[in-house]
Amino acid sequence: MDERLRRTMMFVPGNNPGMIKDAYIYKCDSIMFDLEDSVSYAEKDSARDLVYQALKTINYGDKETVVRINDPRSQGGINDIKAMVAAKVDVIRLPKTETVDDILVCQEEIARAEKAYGYAEGTIRMMAAIESAEGVLNAAAIAKCSKRLIGIALGAEDYVTDMKTKRSPEGTELFFARSMIIHAARAAKIAAIDTVYSDVNNEQGLIAEVTLIKQLGFDGKSVINPRQIEPIIKIYTPTEKEIAHAQAVMVAIEEAHKKGSGVIALKGKMIDRPIVMRAERVLKLAKASHVL
Amino acid sequence: MKVVKTGTSGTMESSDILVTVEESKDKGIHISLDSPVKKQFGSQIKSVVLETAKKIGVESANITIIDKGALDCVIRARTSTALYRACDSEDYKWEAK
Repeated sequence: MDERLRRTMMFVPGNNPGMIKDAYIYKCDSIMFDLEDSVSYAEKDSARDLVYQALKTINYGDKETVVRINDPRSQGGINDIKAMVAAKVDVIRLPKTETVDDILVCQEEIARAEKAYGYAEGTIRMMAAIESAEGVLNAAAIAKCSKRLIGIALGAEDYVTDMKTKRSPEGTELFFARSMIIHAARAAKIAAIDTVYSDVNNEQGLIAEVTLIKQLGFDGKSVINPRQIEPIIKIYTPTEKEIAHAQAVMVAIEEAHKKGSGVIALKGKMIDRPIVMRAERVLKLAKASHVL
Repeated sequence: MKVVKTGTSGTMESSDILVTVEESKDKGIHISLDSPVKKQFGSQIKSVVLETAKKIGVESANITIIDKGALDCVIRARTSTALYRACDSEDYKWEAK
């Protein structure tokens, strides 16, 4: 299982040199260069060339680099794959994924490009955005169909249009899709990433939505503005109480192992594997948020 | 590759560069550059443009550049896109990292 943190995956328009240049200064976990919806049809070639050159030149440090490509059944999508594989992006994000076949078509093009540029097969990972009713219903199969997949993400704007509804502050219309996607991701042991929050001026709305998706179990959220990063990281940062409990769990389990004891207890409560796993995740989040 | 029409790429926004490639009757790459950092980086910008044209295999062109503080990788990208557009080609030669 890929254990990388993906609390914030920041979209960067692929044809904007200023934003591409500055992307590394923000505290997002992943940078998602976009060659799809934010790039006009006439500028697809220039955006592809720009992101290719940037990936080959700019050091984005330990941030994960992701590129959202165009439809891999189109010539533009195939060109995107060739260029991004050559530039050795970490992850290719497939938009509007509806079926297992969509993943397999994309995967085949990636494998062909890896071979052409001399990279080991499987070097480039994939993630899939699910943005329609059909995609949501096929989420479980999609999530399990490729070893390259590191995660699946909900794309809510297209999804609500497909569902003949619109987004609401409460997100009631997304409840089924989010539940399907989180279950599909967990069953496949890959990441689940929530959709963007489009109203960048409404921080309270963003906080409410992130609190909800964290509680549902999502690993993180797609971000469309750097201002959204800090509030999301704050929500994903464990509290002092959670950290203290997690540390106590780890100490208890270590002592029990030293004693050769099979039964572990902390303050009279049994500690079993799920509790240890949750403690490990809390400590990992705490370290990533620099509070430990 | 041969320049067959005018090809442009880029914008006048900060950190970008606008590259226009036109047919040239003479052999060679002729560059006209306008940049706020021309004094310090003019020769560096021109060498990136020349190197990009050489790599793509364009031997004859007039290239007009309006630089707005672009990084080398942006200069390479915009020059290359403008050249491919001017040559009416999409046969990009991507190279492994």
